[in-house]
Amino acid sequence: MKALCWYGKNDVRVENVPDPKILNPRDAIIKITTTAICGSDLHLYNGYIPTMEKGDIMGHENMGVVVEVGSEVRKLKVGDRVVVPFTISCGHCFFCQKELWSLCDNSNPNAWMAEKLYGYSPSGLFGFSHMMGGYAGGQAEYLRVPFADVGPIKIPDGMPDEKVLFLSDIFPTGYMAAENCNIQPGDTVAVWGCGPVGQFAIKSAYMLGAERVIAIDQVPERLEMAEREGKAETLDFSDEYIFDKLKEMTGGRGPDSCIEAVGLEAHGTSPDALLDRVKAAAFLATDRPHALRQAITACRKGGTVSIPGVYGAFLDKFPLGAAFNKGLTLKMGQTHMHRYMRPLLARIESGDIDPSFVITHRLKLDDAPKGYETFKHKEDNCIKVVLKP
Amino acid sequence: MCGNSLTGKKGIKKMATRETALAPTAGATGSANRNKEMQRSSASQNVGQTERYVSAIGGGALALYGLTRGSLGGIALALIGGSLVYRGTTGHCNVYEAMGVNTAHEKSGAASVAGNRGIKVEKSVTVNRPAAELYRYWRNFENLPRFMDHLESVRNTSEKRSHWVAKAPAGTTVEWDAEVINEKENELIAWRSLENADVDNAGSVRFQEAPGGRGTEVRVSLEYDPPGGVIGAAIAKLFGEEPNQQVEEDLRRFKQVMEAGERPTTEGQTSGRSATSGK
Repeated sequence: MKALCWYGKNDVRVENVPDPKILNPRDAIIKITTTAICGSDLHLYNGYIPTMEKGDIMGHENMGVVVEVGSEVRKLKVGDRVVVPFTISCGHCFFCQKELWSLCDNSNPNAWMAEKLYGYSPSGLFGFSHMMGGYAGGQAEYLRVPFADVGPIKIPDGMPDEKVLFLSDIFPTGYMAAENCNIQPGDTVAVWGCGPVGQFAIKSAYMLGAERVIAIDQVPERLEMAEREGKAETLDFSDEYIFDKLKEMTGGRGPDSCIEAVGLEAHGTSPDALLDRVKAAAFLATDRPHALRQAITACRKGGTVSIPGVYGAFLDKFPLGAAFNKGLTLKMGQTHMHRYMRPLLARIESGDIDPSFVITHRLKLDDAPKGYETFKHKEDNCIKVVLKP
Repeated sequence: MCGNSLTGKKGIKKMATRETALAPTAGATGSANRNKEMQRSSASQNVGQTERYVSAIGGGALALYGLTRGSLGGIALALIGGSLVYRGTTGHCNVYEAMGVNTAHEKSGAASVAGNRGIKVEKSVTVNRPAAELYRYWRNFENLPRFMDHLESVRNTSEKRSHWVAKAPAGTTVEWDAEVINEKENELIAWRSLENADVDNAGSVRFQEAPGGRGTEVRVSLEYDPPGGVIGAAIAKLFGEEPNQQVEEDLRRFKQVMEAGERPTTEGQTSGRSATSGK
């Protein structure tokens, strides 16, 4: 089959690779019908994620049709149309049973690697480095899905791929970010980062009862989308003094909660790599860690800072004093996908939301390398790329 | 743990015939204080008499075996063998010195593995299943190779006895018979190898209900006496057979098998590393 493989920084290629096989009784194989490039794939593309190996197949926003099931798969059958969550969960461990799906104990075959860095390992992920399991991703013609009865949800016929594809990651991720804000009537929610996750966080904040949503970014077309689609008020990060502006806009109180949907491109596993990256981050003084610091400073007393943005390792100059003395709540983590997929599918079915609004580019899988370049450089007003095998 | 022998069947099996027996109940060596005292004694000789003998003969065989292999691994073996011969003839071991270990004053025929001579590993894991189920699975020793990767097979030979075959380096195996020496239904299983084992070893596993419905805490204690004592484990490390890590991974796999019904894997999956053509 054809698959998009990682070979190094800024080097991804479509290769002919063997078709995936059932390796465990609870596996299924799906034929990919639509997949997408995620903002976090750019971390891999930019070479920030360690424990990637040449030839790794990328892609964790996947959907398709079941073509084969293992002997222990009960709920799925050949021909079912499914969306596959980016996290892999066994369904039986303490964490799965507590609905903390992205913390599954049993799905990361390389748990020891993550334990070295985090103490304990999160769940395995598709196409996201060996530390997270080393599972082949779905930017390919076929995908092997472990624990297939737990993750994938069936999609009714007649529902177009593009409407449901983002149930695989970014819609639930934006939704959980908003849910973590514990939004109360009258609340103002500020969202840093108007990429796809930010866009869904904006929509979700309104779905969860926010009074106002203020979106912050510096890319004009992303702010425009936040305004047009998300009905958010917008602030341009590059030319406005955000803290003062937010304070002003909220009558001097500050936003009740802040969502940091930017993330940090400073990841690492080995201590020396970590140190390097921490140093790099400090010297670069990019606006990215700045977004989190700003969110913590801007948040009103007793408010919540919710972090869907991906962080990998250590953070320099984290304003814990501000968080402590203002009594903030910090919520974060990979999305507990299975909590949200079915309820959000229902919201899509009922017409509350059509997630396809984020799509700006539709490419063939063959053109995926070009898609990465376009997305990385935000060329051609690129916000979201979907791929068709 | 059971089976970290470098020597294997065709190697220097006699090395494994110890003059000491293992603790009758695993986890009861209790010789830490004695060993501390030992460490303060003679700086030049820090290897016990029997161990010197074993080191010299075993080291010679290892060196010979290593040299005949001719590979990089073989050379490493030969070097290790050479150092064993040295420690055997001089009674001094640099590795022991570095590790602060002294076995020169060991008592022959002691009832347990001298603390620093044997390798002891204790690990625990919480499994989200009832103790009774875990106990039943473990008590059938034939299940153990499903999660203990260094075991090739275990065959139950009677209610209390079983025959174990473990993988050793260079494609060889080590074997022993074991017997259950203590058991309490749904709570405890303890076993030990019988005489003439390639590797003397003992183990126990305890199952205890975790608080608040968190499943069962499983505590494993394994003790084994690899050829060459502590140095054997040091050698074993060269082969990635670090006992602590190995037992931890064994327990992780036990949890995976009991909770998820299978071990997660990517072994044999597709990737661009097996790409047939570029684009």
